[in-house]
Amino acid sequence: MKPHSALLESRDISKSFGSFIANDKINFNILEGEIHGLLGENGAGKSTFVKMVYGLLEPTMGALFWNGNPIKIRGPQEARNFGIGMVFQHFSLFPTLTVIENIELALSDTQALPELRKTIIEKSQEFGISVDPDTYIRDLSVGEQQRVEILRCLLQNPKLLIMDEPTSVLTPQESEQLFVILNKLAATGCSVLFISHKLKEVKEITQRATILRRGRVVDTVTSSEVSTEQLAKMMVGSDPQHVKPKIGTKSNDILVQISGLCRPADTPFSTPLLDINLDVKAGEIVGIAGIAGNGQSELMEALTGEWRSRDSIKVLDVLGVDIRDYSPHKRRQMGIGFLPEERNGHSAVMGMTLTENTLLTNHNNPEVQKHSIIQNDNLEKLTSNIIHDYDVRTPLQNPLASSLSGGNLQKFVVGREIIKKPSVFFVAQPTWGVDIGATKFIRNALIDLANEGCGIIVISQDLEELFELADSISVLFRGKLSERKPVKELNSQKIGLLMGGEDVASLAKEHS
Amino acid sequence: MFHLTLRKETPLIFKVSVPIASILLTILFGIFIFSVLGYDSGKALYHFFISPLSRIDRIADLFVKACPLMIVGTGLVLCFRANIWNIGAEGQLIMGAVFAGGLALSFPDTNSVWLLPAMAVLSFIGGGLWAFLPAILKVRLRTNEILVSLMLTYVASLFLDWLVRGPWRSPTSFGFPLTNYYPDAGLISKINFPGIGTIGQLHWGVFIAILVCLLCWFMMQKTVFGFQVKLVGDSHKAFRYSGFNESKTTMMLFIISGGLAGLAGMIEVSANIGQLQPNISFGYGFTAIIVAFLARLNPAAVILAGLLIALIEMGGDSAQIALAIPKVVTGVFKGILLFLLLAGETLTKYQINVKPRQRSVPND
Repeated sequence: MKPHSALLESRDISKSFGSFIANDKINFNILEGEIHGLLGENGAGKSTFVKMVYGLLEPTMGALFWNGNPIKIRGPQEARNFGIGMVFQHFSLFPTLTVIENIELALSDTQALPELRKTIIEKSQEFGISVDPDTYIRDLSVGEQQRVEILRCLLQNPKLLIMDEPTSVLTPQESEQLFVILNKLAATGCSVLFISHKLKEVKEITQRATILRRGRVVDTVTSSEVSTEQLAKMMVGSDPQHVKPKIGTKSNDILVQISGLCRPADTPFSTPLLDINLDVKAGEIVGIAGIAGNGQSELMEALTGEWRSRDSIKVLDVLGVDIRDYSPHKRRQMGIGFLPEERNGHSAVMGMTLTENTLLTNHNNPEVQKHSIIQNDNLEKLTSNIIHDYDVRTPLQNPLASSLSGGNLQKFVVGREIIKKPSVFFVAQPTWGVDIGATKFIRNALIDLANEGCGIIVISQDLEELFELADSISVLFRGKLSERKPVKELNSQKIGLLMGGEDVASLAKEHS
Repeated sequence: MFHLTLRKETPLIFKVSVPIASILLTILFGIFIFSVLGYDSGKALYHFFISPLSRIDRIADLFVKACPLMIVGTGLVLCFRANIWNIGAEGQLIMGAVFAGGLALSFPDTNSVWLLPAMAVLSFIGGGLWAFLPAILKVRLRTNEILVSLMLTYVASLFLDWLVRGPWRSPTSFGFPLTNYYPDAGLISKINFPGIGTIGQLHWGVFIAILVCLLCWFMMQKTVFGFQVKLVGDSHKAFRYSGFNESKTTMMLFIISGGLAGLAGMIEVSANIGQLQPNISFGYGFTAIIVAFLARLNPAAVILAGLLIALIEMGGDSAQIALAIPKVVTGVFKGILLFLLLAGETLTKYQINVKPRQRSVPND
């Protein structure tokens, strides 16, 4: 084995936005042919750092060294010239163009199409990336689209590939395939900077990992020598709180009954719902897994009443009442709570204060309004109760929602709904983009709620979350809900197959 | 390139100095324009700013002039806060006047005290109905409310024209396009201050206008409906999540703002004209759009913004009459004044950052 030398070294790189220090003297290096993890919670400064490496941001202080020489990267084009490629979390592909057309568009020097096709096929065979150059992007799964993005970077012969949270959109199987590709890439001498907040995969794929916390490097470790617990501790700064166990289903009262729920697609970009059947008992948490875009938001709108139809739904009974015609307002009055996935402008309004955001789902509360005149004292009391009970850290007395961090705002909106003690609660992505501490807090709050007899549906892409919370899980794939299975009978492998559209039952037959 | 970023806190020195600087700059510009064109700039500025405020009866007239601007403006504030663009207040104002006028002309001999309130209600209905048309078309057929409400203004204006030249023309008007005078019970009287008598043209409509602004302010601040208005303007998704009905709110806001414009039309005719004629509004419905924005979409601030615009209008008139300054020149001056005021306002709220031009960034 030839001795590794540092390909990229960061010396005292700092970045501040006004008085906020996003990166504080970042020191670490990436060796040639190494897969290096950059681990940290949301807001730890990972994105800020890689944006500086890719030339999207300029460091306030410090310098980057490329093969030992100080460099200044003034833009993505310059970064690419050095041999730095980046695959973003959100892809930049044109759905109406083919793979080869998308790749051609991104190349700086034009090549004749037949030649380009040859290079693409060579490269894809070299790294085991199976993509047909002539398919349209819109027909590809998210995992395949990601491979196109990687392929596009590979054509520039990068020496360093930055992957920003690449597994957040993938099934466990797709992640495994990605890791195979990355390992092959590293074997050819290309370094990979792998950004993630998932401990297990950082341990699995990387040789070394640098842990960031609040803009500072905690440590750079050899991945095989640390446990995930140690990594978690470094990432969070303290022993993470554990999620408390569920007591389990207490009664057999069916609170929610859904059968034959269909929803035609409103736009070419939405997913139709096909014959959804589901019921929820008191004290039960039903998890709905699935990759984003398989009908989750459509299903959530049907549950909240933001979309409703008498004709397309056979049965939608909650607490024994047919609520097919009920507006969100009416459903809330019945004691149904719901919280959509998107905080920004859906479950919260960023430009409004926290008291106004409390009013958002409490305007029918007789304590809060009398004859439609807002009772400010009571509203403020309710708001401060939520802030206190759900440990929301606020910079001011009554701040704008936008001034709270994602985790704190999520604790606030979750608290706002749970404090009403709903008898049924529908929630999507309760801990999306939330730091570990707040995540555990929110999950515990949901379990407490279920233990008190509330029936809960959790729609989530996070399998770990569903395994922690749910009694049973079914998977939403292209608008169809798979048969529900108790958590004990499932593992992430099985769910992963369902998330990718495989029929587990028929698969089992093949194997036997 | 220049970027505007919101200031976290505006230093006090800015709050004080920026409006003063705006006014000084306006005066400098005024001196420049008027002297270049050969007018006595001192006199011109006197007529613009001092003359309308120089006597108590002129100040009273300022309020009279501001009255329709306040009522229409406050209604528009509600719409604009909700991101609903009712541009047809002028037509709604006319239809309000027509509905109220129809009632007044039908009872030429009455002296019932109920005539005025009935006219007020009917004017609200007339204006509201005229605003209901673009609203229902927007909600049902997704038409553009800006176009429809604007075009309906011309329909209303021509409808009034036809009425006063045709079926409603007074037999004693010598062929002029005028209706009969309203009965006295249909006129709004001047305010009679005990011991002083009337001041200028000051009438009870002004009192109503200020009341309407304060009521709307209270509604925006303290009621669930006010919250609804702000919410629909901020985020449609959050609005639906909250459980309100978007179509209903849109229609309500159109009808309220149209109704208020109608009320302004009725007050304008009953207090100042006394009969219908082809032109009953001097573009109040359009000027009120400026008033609404000048008030930063705050109904209470509409009172001040209305008075300010009235001052500029009256100052312009006064300068035209006294110094024979052409209307276009006073128009330019008015424009500069508004521009500098709004620019100053913006600069107290935002700060300008100069950043080097960044190359366009693909992939992000």
